[in-house]
Amino acid sequence: MLHPVPTLKETPSQTAGPYVHIGLTPNFAEIRGVYATDPGSTMLTPDTKGERITIAGRIFDGSGAPVNDALVELWQADGDGSYVPPMGPSSNAAPAFTGWGRQPTNGEGVFSFATIKPGPVPGPDGKLMAPHVNLWIVARGINIGLQTRLYFEDEAEANGTDFVLNKIMDPRRRQTLIARREEGDPVRYMLEIHLQGDKETVFFDM
Amino acid sequence: MSGIILPGADGALYPRDRAWHPPANTPGYKSTTFRAPKHALLSLGGTASELTGPTFGHSSINPLDNDLIRNFSQDGSEAIGQRLIVYGQVLDENARAVPNTLVEFWQANAGGRYRHKKEAYLAPLDPNFGGCGRALTDENGFYSFRTVKPGAYPWPNGGNDWRPAHIHFSVFGHAFAQRLITQMYFEGDPMIWQCPIVGSIADKSAIDQLIARLDRHNTTPMDALAYRFDIVLRGRRSTMFENKLEGN
Repeated sequence: MLHPVPTLKETPSQTAGPYVHIGLTPNFAEIRGVYATDPGSTMLTPDTKGERITIAGRIFDGSGAPVNDALVELWQADGDGSYVPPMGPSSNAAPAFTGWGRQPTNGEGVFSFATIKPGPVPGPDGKLMAPHVNLWIVARGINIGLQTRLYFEDEAEANGTDFVLNKIMDPRRRQTLIARREEGDPVRYMLEIHLQGDKETVFFDM
Repeated sequence: MSGIILPGADGALYPRDRAWHPPANTPGYKSTTFRAPKHALLSLGGTASELTGPTFGHSSINPLDNDLIRNFSQDGSEAIGQRLIVYGQVLDENARAVPNTLVEFWQANAGGRYRHKKEAYLAPLDPNFGGCGRALTDENGFYSFRTVKPGAYPWPNGGNDWRPAHIHFSVFGHAFAQRLITQMYFEGDPMIWQCPIVGSIADKSAIDQLIARLDRHNTTPMDALAYRFDIVLRGRRSTMFENKLEGN
């Protein structure tokens, strides 16, 4: 039997530009009254189960300057390692946890999500992947969205056997995906993301 | 089993053709110089983390969300400019419709001015135009919205660079690895072929896919012109055997 082949070409990407906030976080862009809240601004509900944490990052360009006009989206499993099931078209029941968030970077290039720590998800090798969140970064000067993952410093054993981390040949580059644990209430996990240069973050073609 | 895979679409995604998309570093578009990774991307076959993605119910959308002529109106007045209906179908690479997916769009006003604090272009704001909207595709993958045609505007890149009239689009699909942001241009605009951002795409037929067509058939007489802009997201290989999870 022949392998199926795609019949159409994917629409090519273009940069999100410097005014991405108008469309994706209009209230942050001070466009009030169109949407009640910015999409993805809140991931948690009072019914969300799991350990409350903050996931934060700071994005730098190749000259070391903070990227202060980026938009970051986060997609993660819940505390049990399950991704939120798709909503039906007529669904009015909001899930207890959205799994998806969207945040702009501030003047220092910092973004931050109030979320829960994800559980481990099965990988293609049948073993559990280490807890992680998926990040997608768009901005002026980024022609196609950058996809990466954030792992947790305090999951060293799971990180050591993770399917994706072990695909990174240079072990030093694996460290670019591992967020530092900062004590507090809630605990904050902080990742430095470098778009370019000696400390360049690993980005994926997925 | 974690990760919800949609019926009939449970194989791996086709790999992205990154020679069709713009590369990260395109010197004609100066902002890419320090924002383009220099290491090769790490290929990842796709796990549950990439093959699932957020979905949005109709309850999250308000009736005016796809009407940019009225959704920022201060006093019931409508936005100034050439009135348009922009519509199209979201498909995947297998030419299958992508239903119930969120499409977001944003743009400058008729004079090329964005409503954003970092924008200082001297063309004035329109008090009744915000510039953002969103729609969910229907069961056949169609979206539509009403707006005014955005103006061209100058930007600090080369000494005298102007963006062609364009509308930014964000599309989700059903997998996080399908996530796409792009820009729509207008048929016949001579500025398309002078723009370094458009020119970040090497293949002319790829650029052509970003150009919306004037659609007289769907134009509303005495009201609004229509443009059609179809969007293609990554498709999935089909699964040949029920008990075999890999693509074929």
